[in-house]
Amino acid sequence: MMTEKSTFTIEELVEKAGLQIYCGADKLKTGVTGGYASDLLSDVMGNAREGQVWITLQSHLNVVAIASLKELSAVVLVKDIRPDEAVLVKAVEEGLPLLGSALPAFETAGKIFELLNKE
Amino acid sequence: MLQTYKVTGGDFVNAGKASSSVKGILKQLNVLAGLIKRVVVALYEAEVNVAAHAYSGNILVEIESDQVRIRVTDSGPGIEDIQMAMKEGFSTASKEVREMGFGAGMGLANIKKNSDTFNITSVPGEGTTVEIINKLTD
Ligand SMILES: Nc1ncnc2c1ncn2[C@@H]1O[C@H](COP(=O)(O)OP(=O)(O)O)[C@@H](O)[C@H]1O
Ligand SMILES: [Mg+2]
Repeated sequence: MMTEKSTFTIEELVEKAGLQIYCGADKLKTGVTGGYASDLLSDVMGNAREGQVWITLQSHLNVVAIASLKELSAVVLVKDIRPDEAVLVKAVEEGLPLLGSALPAFETAGKIFELLNKE
Repeated sequence: MLQTYKVTGGDFVNAGKASSSVKGILKQLNVLAGLIKRVVVALYEAEVNVAAHAYSGNILVEIESDQVRIRVTDSGPGIEDIQMAMKEGFSTASKEVREMGFGAGMGLANIKKNSDTFNITSVPGEGTTVEIINKLTD
């Protein structure tokens, strides 16, 4: 494995935050540089940074498009919201990991924030 | 290099395709990542505005060695008060569009922030033209 030791990976995030993997199991070594929590697409477009995970309850196709355009490391859908088939297909196509959290956005973001800040 | 794309009002499935295509071209041309990001944000918001607010639009992208010039022209309701439309938070987006997370009223501000030159003209009842010019050299 060529991943740097200091980088927090999606794999660690999935394990430590207890997330589900809807797709992107082959992308787990990708580094996570931070997170951005928002359900406003223009806010994410304007302010999220490459490598961040996006925490949201929006689960439609445009979420995948934006995450891919912004080169985010993954999308975390909160409250057990599941992506539908078309969204999964597009995420696989774009190589974007879609993850799921059983918790609401506040708790999910809190957990991920804590994990990333321990690094 | 000249590229053209079409955007259809209400079509959120295909909104973003032009941005994705232009991003790919700029990457191939080895344009600095930070400069590509600006173009992508600005173009994406312009595309979404046609999908959200107009009937149909044409996108013209001229890529030269030192700059990219984008012109998005739509037929649609146009904008009565551009100054008002530019204000962050102002939006006339429909409830459905807002529920998708669009319609935060930050789009035009995002375009302006991510353009070196930004022009918008509109004829109410006819349509809107947005021009975005970004330098591709530091
Ligand atoms: N192409 C367009 N045609 C008609 N109206 C537009 C267009 N682009 C923007 N507008 C108007 O300007 C407002 C603000 O646009 P924007 O900042 O992108 O926010 P949003 O799209 O989230 O509403 C829109 O709500 C709409 O009233
Ligand atoms: Mg907009």
